[in-house]
Amino acid sequence: MSLLDVIGPVMVGPSSSHTAGACRLALLARHAFGHAPHEARFVLHGSFAKTARGHGTDLALVAGALGAAPDDTRIPVAFAEAERAGLAFSFTTADLGDVHPNSVRIELHGRDAAGAERGLVLQGSSLGGGIVRVFELDGFRIEFSGAAPTLLVRHVDTPGVIARVTRVIADDEVNVAALYSARKRRGGEALMAVECDRAITPVAAAYLLHLNAITWLRQVPAVMSASSDGSHIASATAEVVP
Amino acid sequence: MTLADLAATSGPASAAVLADQGLSDSERVALLDGMRGRLGEMRDAIARGLASDAKSRTGMVGWNAKGLWEAHDALSAPLLKRVQAYAMAVNEENARMGRIVAAPTAGSAGTIPGALIGVGDHLELDDEALLLPLVLAAGIGEVISKTMFIAGSTGGCQAEIGSSAAMAAAAVTELLGGDAEAAVHAAAMALMNTIGLVCDPVGGYVEVPCVSRNAFFAVHAVSSAQLALAGLRSFIPPDEVVQAMASVGRMLPPELRETGEGGIADTPTGRRIALEMAR
Repeated sequence: MSLLDVIGPVMVGPSSSHTAGACRLALLARHAFGHAPHEARFVLHGSFAKTARGHGTDLALVAGALGAAPDDTRIPVAFAEAERAGLAFSFTTADLGDVHPNSVRIELHGRDAAGAERGLVLQGSSLGGGIVRVFELDGFRIEFSGAAPTLLVRHVDTPGVIARVTRVIADDEVNVAALYSARKRRGGEALMAVECDRAITPVAAAYLLHLNAITWLRQVPAVMSASSDGSHIASATAEVVP
Repeated sequence: MTLADLAATSGPASAAVLADQGLSDSERVALLDGMRGRLGEMRDAIARGLASDAKSRTGMVGWNAKGLWEAHDALSAPLLKRVQAYAMAVNEENARMGRIVAAPTAGSAGTIPGALIGVGDHLELDDEALLLPLVLAAGIGEVISKTMFIAGSTGGCQAEIGSSAAMAAAAVTELLGGDAEAAVHAAAMALMNTIGLVCDPVGGYVEVPCVSRNAFFAVHAVSSAQLALAGLRSFIPPDEVVQAMASVGRMLPPELRETGEGGIADTPTGRRIALEMAR
């Protein structure tokens, strides 16, 4: 934890957990999705469900889905920004189970660069002080926090894939901070989340995608240190993927 | 680093905090630039907050800082009024979705600007003089956060406003020439006298009592600095005070930890507001 996390973040109020954290979770979803979504559905759990409006949790989530960082002064007008960007959004509440009281399920839908319809479902919690943790992505139980650049890799569960991926990361001279991997069934689809000290190079990412066992890849930046420079909304993610 | 280590250093406490970070020269410059930016953001929030009486999203706050700032100084105590008004200006900006610096949280964001910038402006000091004291404030917060996660939902308001007041007390003490021992003891005395404070926001929103609480605890921090600068010390060692705060935090029932289900939130009026907002 840096001293700038203690005196910080710079953020739009009113709550580091209910506003800044909510924005970051949606921003993580936006980056993991990798495209501008045309629809965002937010399922609020616990305290998020009870106090979203007064805390601006709803605005912060929509702003994050548009690519805004927690200090973006357009968060209070995020609904109007969404209309301008062609993003439809909805809020419902549900019990997401035995999870932190400040939790949300974020479902994004949109077209990729090739025009194909895509979707993504991310579940995460806002733990306090603006710190967040994703605990599920597209049904896979993995974890990442947005404190470090995170490499998300979807692959077929076959022997040696994790070793191949970490070998490429090592050859890129990138240090791994944490690695989570989960599969839906033996030999089926799997997902790994690799938190790194820096993002891997585009060449290394392209090489990984070219491997047969790997079906999808995203590099999610360290949203914990993301700040708005006045042009953040809708300009967030560089697409890595074909 | 413990608070005892920090108190035992010979130079200014902020220098020991910086040294403890183990930064390269360029990282050190980046940290100080970041803090300078934080200070500027705090000042902007104060200016916006003092000028606005727009209501928050719930309508419970929004006019307090401006109202105090423009009121007659009945006590002839300009420092007191300035510190209170600055602190509430930041928290009312926070409540109306303005941009603030969490310090260490959004709910306690007014305490450090209120105390540190308030004292600095009272003494007509340049903002650059506030930079290293702000680094010290962060260092104190970092030490506390190693014992208890700083959030009302974890340890009650004592963990949030108690931490911000301790951080601000150390910063003001260093700003006024106090050595490391004085600064650390200012933090400990501020924290010791916040132990037990519950987090009971009406409706769960960061407004009542949060806005006025920042005014009270910014003054609390300045009080603590005054005692420490006069040579008073915390009888209980500072690290033990932090442990005690954390221990009390763990004893607090969930109703008194930011759920809006106890204390001032659980009054007839508090419950009515919560119901109205939920609609």
